[in-house]
Amino acid sequence: MLELLRQPWPWYTSGAVIAFVMVLLLFFGKSFGVSANLRTICSACGAGKTVKFFDFDWRSQTWNLLFLVGAIIGGVISSQFLSTGEAVQISQATIKDLSQLGISAPNGIQPEELFSLEALFTVKGFLILLLGGFAIGFGARYAGGCTSGHAISGLSNLQWPSLVAVIGFFIGGLITTWVLMPLIF
Amino acid sequence: MKGLKFIIAGILFGIVMSKSEAISWFRIQEMFRFQSFHMYGIIGTAVILGVIITYLIKKYKLRDYQGNPIVFTPKEKSIPRYLIGGTIFGLGWALTGACPGPMFVNIGYGYWAILLAVGGAIAGTYTYGVIKDRLPH
Repeated sequence: MLELLRQPWPWYTSGAVIAFVMVLLLFFGKSFGVSANLRTICSACGAGKTVKFFDFDWRSQTWNLLFLVGAIIGGVISSQFLSTGEAVQISQATIKDLSQLGISAPNGIQPEELFSLEALFTVKGFLILLLGGFAIGFGARYAGGCTSGHAISGLSNLQWPSLVAVIGFFIGGLITTWVLMPLIF
Repeated sequence: MKGLKFIIAGILFGIVMSKSEAISWFRIQEMFRFQSFHMYGIIGTAVILGVIITYLIKKYKLRDYQGNPIVFTPKEKSIPRYLIGGTIFGLGWALTGACPGPMFVNIGYGYWAILLAVGGAIAGTYTYGVIKDRLPH
């Protein structure tokens, strides 16, 4: 059983478990949405004193912060006990495209060129993660949610605004992939 | 402990994101290059099941574990905020290869560099809060 769990999970199992997490939170009386935590963190750090957007009872969102703590623990469990250490099996076409950008074939889950500590201390590596993260935080709050809140929770509830947001996610992702990345790398 | 169930739900989420490889920058690149069905399969399965379950919850007026009705808050109707905000989000998603959930899972997985992206995301959220009223919504 453990051997089976240690293999990468097929997409249908993964999709079903994600839907199960969403339902679990609904039955706990909450809704699935990760990026709301970023606002909660700002508020917990005292941003509400100067900026109205962060002036709310952040303690009512403690449950979501606990969910986030769980997500981190889940990452630890996966890497320590549920991993074979195998490289991600991405398609040959992607490996070929990325090699033209100077990113070598997967050796683990993440590319060394972006996630190693050496890369982090280069100007390019530093800016990629910092500005990428900034766009994610800014965009998620502007759009009122991220992949979990819009693509999963919102689409499940057939909300057309969530579909617009997901279309936006793809417009941005395609611009980065096809236009910006050849310029950056 | 009342909070334990949320931690357990989070652990399940962290494990599934790791084992589905959805936390991998490579998988996100593959998705935006349309070179594999994997990520579309994950999101598609989750959404189809989500639609069915949400429909059933509404139809049978199911209640949560405390007996309160399960309510779905409709999203505010607008185009600009979702399209512009979503596009900015997507720019960052493809660059870092992680949306907010996987960012935190990656910390646990041991990819410490992602903490910088988390810092960026908090700064981005804060900036949005400051200039919110000057943006089209």
